[in-house]
Amino acid sequence: MHGFLLRIAKRQEPSPLWRSALVLFGAVLVALGLSILLLALRGISPLEGCRVLIMGAFGSSWALQDCLLKAIPLFLCSLGVAIAFRLQIWNIGAEGQFALGAIGATWAALAFGAQPKFILLPLMILAACSAGGLWAMIPAIFRQWLGANEIIVTLMFNYIAILLLDFLVYGIWRDSSGFPMTPAFSKNAILGTIGTSDIHWGLVHCALLGLLCWLFFRSTRLGYEIKASGDNVQAARYAGMPYNFLVVLVMLLSGALAGWAGFLEVSASVHRLQPSIMVGYGFTAIVVAWLARLNPAGIALTSFLLAGLRAGVENLQLDLQIPAAFGAILEGLILMTVLAGGFFLSYRIVVRRQT
Amino acid sequence: MRLHLRSSLVIFCALLAVFVFSQPSLAADKDLKIGFVYVSPIGDGGWSYAHDIARQAMDKMPGISTSYVEAVPEGPDSERVMLQMARKKYDLIFATSFGYMDPMLKVANQFPNTIFMHCSGFKTAKNMGNYFGRIYQARYLTGMVAASMSTSKVIGYVAAFPIPEVIRGINAFTLGVQSVQPDASVRVVWTKTWYDPVKEKEAAKSLLDVGADVITQHQDSPGPQEAAQEKGVYSIGYNTDMAKFAPRAHLTAPVWNWLPYYEKIIAEVRAGSWAPRADWPGMAEGVVDIAPFGPMVPQEVQEKVLAKKAAIIAGSEKIFVGPLKDQSGTVRIAEGVVAPDSDLLSMNWLVQGVIGTTE
Repeated sequence: MHGFLLRIAKRQEPSPLWRSALVLFGAVLVALGLSILLLALRGISPLEGCRVLIMGAFGSSWALQDCLLKAIPLFLCSLGVAIAFRLQIWNIGAEGQFALGAIGATWAALAFGAQPKFILLPLMILAACSAGGLWAMIPAIFRQWLGANEIIVTLMFNYIAILLLDFLVYGIWRDSSGFPMTPAFSKNAILGTIGTSDIHWGLVHCALLGLLCWLFFRSTRLGYEIKASGDNVQAARYAGMPYNFLVVLVMLLSGALAGWAGFLEVSASVHRLQPSIMVGYGFTAIVVAWLARLNPAGIALTSFLLAGLRAGVENLQLDLQIPAAFGAILEGLILMTVLAGGFFLSYRIVVRRQT
Repeated sequence: MRLHLRSSLVIFCALLAVFVFSQPSLAADKDLKIGFVYVSPIGDGGWSYAHDIARQAMDKMPGISTSYVEAVPEGPDSERVMLQMARKKYDLIFATSFGYMDPMLKVANQFPNTIFMHCSGFKTAKNMGNYFGRIYQARYLTGMVAASMSTSKVIGYVAAFPIPEVIRGINAFTLGVQSVQPDASVRVVWTKTWYDPVKEKEAAKSLLDVGADVITQHQDSPGPQEAAQEKGVYSIGYNTDMAKFAPRAHLTAPVWNWLPYYEKIIAEVRAGSWAPRADWPGMAEGVVDIAPFGPMVPQEVQEKVLAKKAAIIAGSEKIFVGPLKDQSGTVRIAEGVVAPDSDLLSMNWLVQGVIGTTE
């Protein structure tokens, strides 16, 4: 009897970039294939479904603009959580840090609304990053000095932050119209768009912050220490690295980036603070960070793709009247296949002839 | 050459004739592409479902094509959806949640040839109107029914957001309750969401725990009705006849019937007579009504409520007539004064007899 034997073997070296890209691409294809099957069950031609989905997401200059806009907050939140994840600190609190950032920026906009733009906008950014960063620092301090689990604390802090936001817009910041939102910001508090496009300057902020982040990990001592401590806490402590300080620092940076996203949302998109800005960017950011394996360029790409998916699914609804739930299914399938695809990065399948 | 000239002249005249004579009929039957933006899934059995019933009926009208996007979050996401519709040359866009107001205004400024209609806000523009219905009239009537069926004199109200639209409904309902049982109280719980069936149901349960024996609601799903039926008490639905979700508990409901209003807007747009404005039709226009009574509602209660309904339609009965006091006892609407619409649209205080806050 001759036959084949499949054996799973652990890969000796980390997978090269091309293989990661291939696995990601393959996983998305599998997810799309499964989704198209679902569409076919509803009597929709797979080709037509795919065309509408992709055209809606990336098929025109304005669709691309929409995707970029939607990707901006996602990218910043994700960049933030990725910094903490590098140190193996599980910051699940980007949603709350985003809320605090929005609150901080709003405070500056309402308190100093008469200041010229070049003073007010930096002030709003500063307030947003401080609020988001300090909010994220609290769980870090709890973790290092009280032994509290940061996953639970950051998660719970999300709800506190969202309720704080509600408290403010339903209370002292409430607009005279009686609706739960602050008055509209003054012109000086609004971040404008680039040229004649619909895209605001937040895109440039993202590019700069992404680059800074990459440089930070590549060529600074602190960045190196964070990576080293993330790989092995004990060894890092032996080497004299200030672990407590690093934990507090990554949470501060992480929260500041989510806070920056909150600033962009109120200043560039909504022009006021209102509860509807909380649509879960902070949670999606965690997914994005994992899909991108914490790499800033990967995070940019993944944010853009997920944003495109959202826009594409809206297009599917509009043109083919597919239920909104389909979008959630598609996103879930992609996440599942990509995470499952991660298996092929750490293991390989060896085919051996049995003799 | 001459022949050519003559034949081209004939063709030209024929084309001109076709053009001239077809022009009026083209205008009358102008094809319209209409888009709807919904805050919850159309399967919610409530608010979005009520709009979608009208949309489906419109879709069957000649020359009308419609589509929708459901479960669109209020805020920047809705802006993208409306942009998408406008770019795809939709002629008329309806957005049916309060939070779509500012995004719609932005998009309306970018697309001056598209007509935008926003439901439940207060802003208008050259090509943007807003509309809502006087659902508070129906709330008053359902308050009368609730009070007639309550023995504990505590009625629970699951409410979405403390904004004028919802507060006005609570006040009208409470006035209806008090017209039957002056010492009954209405307890309010805020969910801070339009659509979250689980949260809505939990809120209803918390009201049942403090002794409410009739539950009403201002939400998008029938979650509170299910909670009432499970506890074996009565409930008043909202948006659509929710009897099918809780047949043993459902007394009646304030319901929407958007089709007559949407038909009117379509006719205006086709005739070119549409102009931006704030519309607030009520029971008299057929946009607002109450659902058929459940079999448990006694005949004399039904007759009393229907008599009141006739008076509201006739215009002889107004809901917000002074003296009306707020929770602190301060007179907000003086004796004999009928509150003007501007007061109703910005109402941010609860009448005496409501237990709950506006925050």
